[in-house]
Amino acid sequence: MGSAPWWRKQRSAWTASPPLPSLCSFLSKLRGRWQRCRRQAKLSAQLCLHNPEIKLESLKEDIKEFLKTSGWEKKLQNAVYNELSVFPLPCHPSAPPEHIKESLAYMRKAQGNWEKRILKSLNSMCTELGIPLAQKRSINEQKELLSKWNEMGTDEPDLSLFRPVYAPKDFLEVLMNLRNPNYESSEQPSFRNHLGLIQVPLKVKDIPELKEYFGELDLSTGQMDIDDSANVPPELFENEHLRLGQKVLIKQDSAASQQYVRQGCPTSLRAELWALILNISSQPEDILYYEQLKSNVIQHDLLVDSLIYKDVKLTASNDDYYFVFEDYLYQVLLCFSRDTSVLDHFEYNSATPPKSYIRGKLGMEEYAVFYPPNGVIPFHGFSMYVAPLCFLYNEPSRLYQIFREIYVRYFFRLHSISSHPSGIVSLCLLFETLLQTHLPQLFYHLREIGAQPLRISFKWMVRAFSGYLATDQLLLLWDRILGYNSLEILAVLAAAVFAFRAVNLMEVTSLAAAEAVLADLSTLKVMPLLQIFLFATGT
Amino acid sequence: MGTMALEPAPCTIKSPVALQVGDMRTELGRPGVIVTDVVLPHSQVIDLQEIIFKNYYTAFFTLRVQRRSLADGGNESPSKWVTCLRNYCLMPNPHTEEGSQDYFSLSRHQMLCDVDRVAAIRLILRQPSPVWLHFTIEELQFFPGGLKSPQKGFPAWLSHPSPQERPANLHEDLPDADKVSSEVQQMWVLTEMLQASQPASRIGRFDVDGSYDLNLLSYT
Repeated sequence: MGSAPWWRKQRSAWTASPPLPSLCSFLSKLRGRWQRCRRQAKLSAQLCLHNPEIKLESLKEDIKEFLKTSGWEKKLQNAVYNELSVFPLPCHPSAPPEHIKESLAYMRKAQGNWEKRILKSLNSMCTELGIPLAQKRSINEQKELLSKWNEMGTDEPDLSLFRPVYAPKDFLEVLMNLRNPNYESSEQPSFRNHLGLIQVPLKVKDIPELKEYFGELDLSTGQMDIDDSANVPPELFENEHLRLGQKVLIKQDSAASQQYVRQGCPTSLRAELWALILNISSQPEDILYYEQLKSNVIQHDLLVDSLIYKDVKLTASNDDYYFVFEDYLYQVLLCFSRDTSVLDHFEYNSATPPKSYIRGKLGMEEYAVFYPPNGVIPFHGFSMYVAPLCFLYNEPSRLYQIFREIYVRYFFRLHSISSHPSGIVSLCLLFETLLQTHLPQLFYHLREIGAQPLRISFKWMVRAFSGYLATDQLLLLWDRILGYNSLEILAVLAAAVFAFRAVNLMEVTSLAAAEAVLADLSTLKVMPLLQIFLFATGT
Repeated sequence: MGTMALEPAPCTIKSPVALQVGDMRTELGRPGVIVTDVVLPHSQVIDLQEIIFKNYYTAFFTLRVQRRSLADGGNESPSKWVTCLRNYCLMPNPHTEEGSQDYFSLSRHQMLCDVDRVAAIRLILRQPSPVWLHFTIEELQFFPGGLKSPQKGFPAWLSHPSPQERPANLHEDLPDADKVSSEVQQMWVLTEMLQASQPASRIGRFDVDGSYDLNLLSYT
C-alpha cells in the first residue's frame, strides 16, 4: 500500500473544504432568488477558510461555529424561512407544471379565457389609438424623462383615450360565472346552489377553524390599537409590546417577527419588522438593481406606462391620504413593470404572462418576449397596492423591494383565478359563507333587494382594503396578512363590516342605498371589528 | 412526462362498472361506488411497489389484489383476493374540491398486506357526495418493485456529486503528475473565477438584441 498516491493527496487538497462546496452547491440548487445570499455566504466562508488555523478534522464544526458567530446562520435561516412561506409545498413528482400553478383544470381554463379577454382589450386599444405596445424612446425623450424623474406627477399627458384594461367589477362578473363542469347545478335553486354569487364548491374555513387559525386575535390577547380595559392603561401593553419588538429586531429572526406582528406593529417598528418578515435587506446591489430598472424605464416607452399614469391619476391622486405620494407611485410602478424577476412568481401563480414578438419577427420563438417585461398587466386600482407602503419607506429602492415582495407573495392572488385559500375566489366564497352563517337574515334581505353583499365588498377585497380604510387601520390589517401569511383576514373583515352595519343595512331597500351605508369605511377600527366578529358572537 | 427511472408495468385497465341499486336508467340517484379491474398480461405477476394516479373526484380509494402464492414444488396454488388498502381518503371533504384533481402515489409500505406476486388488481372507488356528476381516476400506473420508485423531479444533485467533488477518472498509465496537476489546478482556478464572476442577481434584460419594439400581443 505505502503512502497515499499523489492524486489522493491532491484530491484531499482540493476537497479540503468538503462542507463548503456541498453547502454552496446545495444552496445553488435552491431558487435563484437568493443567489446573492449564497454568494455572500460563500465569500465569507472562503475568507474563513484562508485562516491558517483551520484543521481538517474539525472543519465541519468550525464552519458551523463560523456560521453562527458571523450571523450567517440567522441569514440562512431567514432565507430558508422565506422560501418556505413563498413557495408551495413540493408537488407530486408526476404533476405537470400547470398543475402546480393551479390544480383544478376548469380554474386554469377560466384564467386562460380571462387572460385572452385582457389581451384582446389591450390589442384593440393599441389598434384604435395607433400606438405600439413598446418602443424605444428617442435620446431627447430619454433626457426629458430623466430630468423630471422625481416630479412625474406634474406632467399632465392627455390620457383621455386610455381606459383601464379592467376594473374589479368586470373581474367579479367572471368569477360569478365560474362553474365546475362536474358539479351538479341546475337553474332551479336547490341545496347544491349557493345563495351567494360564487358557485364553485371550494373548501373555506368555518368560524371554529378561523378562531383557531387567528388564535392570537382573541379577546384575551393584547393588540396594538386596542384599549381593552378601563382599569389597565393601554400603555402597559403597548410599552411591553414595543420592547419585545425591539428584541425581535435585534435577533433579526424572520419567523419571530412574523409571529410578533400578529398582535400588530408599533408604528415606529413596522417598516423594519416587515422588511425582516419579507427578508428584504437593502444592499448596495439592490440599489443598483433599482437603478437598472430605472434606466430601463428611461429607455423604453411602454403602453402600460400610460395605464399606470391613468390609474394613479384616477385612484391615489384623488385620495386624501395618498395624493402626496404620486411621484413615488410612478417611480415604483414603472420600475415594477420592467422587472423580469417578477416573472418567477408565475411558477406558482395560475396566471401566465402575456407574450409578444419583437416587431417584424412574428412567430419566431427566439424573438418571443413577455409583455410587459414583468408579465403583470395593471388594472384599475393597482397602484393602491403600493400607496400605503409609501408611509413606511421613503427610500425608493427599498419601497420598491418591499412592494415587489408583498406582491409576489400575496397581492397577485387578488386578481388571478385560482383555488388557493388566499385566492380571490376563496376569499369571495369565505365572505359569503361567513355572512350567510353569521347573519342569515341580513344576507337574505340584501339578496332579496338585489344587493348581493359581494357586489359591495368585492372591491374592498381586491384592493386589500387599500383606499377604503384609514391608513393606520389599513397597516394594522396588513400586519395580520404578513403575520398569518394569508389573505383570508380580508374576507373576515369584509363580513365584519357588514355585521357592524347590520342594523342600517336591514333598513335599506336597494343596492344603491346599501352601498351608501357602506360607502365610508374610513372611521372603522379594524381590530375591534375582527375580534367581535370572530370571538364575541355566540357561535 | 419527462424521464422516468422506471417504466410502469404493462396492464389493461378495464372499463369501470358502477354499482347501483335499481335500474341504471330510471334511478335518479347517481352511483356512489365504481369498480375497475386491472389485468396484467397473460399469466404475469408483479411485485407491486407503487401506484400513481391522478384523482378525478373520487373520495375514497380501496385496492384489492389477487396474489398468486407459490406452493411446494413450484406449482401455483389457487389465487386469492386480499384487500391491501381500504377506503384511503383522497378528498378530506367529499363535498368540496380539496384533493379532487390531485396526483397521488401509494407505495407498498402503506398497504395492509404484502403485495408481491400480484396477478390481478381491483380498484373500488367511492364518492358519497351526490354533488359530482362523475368520478374516476386517471393516468393510473403501477410500478413493479425490486427497483427504485420513479424519480421524476428528484433533483440530480442529491444523487450526483457536483463536478468539483467528483474524483478524477484515473487510468492505469498515469500521465506526468505535475503536468496534470498544474493543468487541472488551472482549470479549477478558471471555474472558480467563472463562478465568482457570476452576477449576484440577474441583469434582468428583457430586450432581444437591444430591441423591445412590440406592436401587439400574441394569443398563442
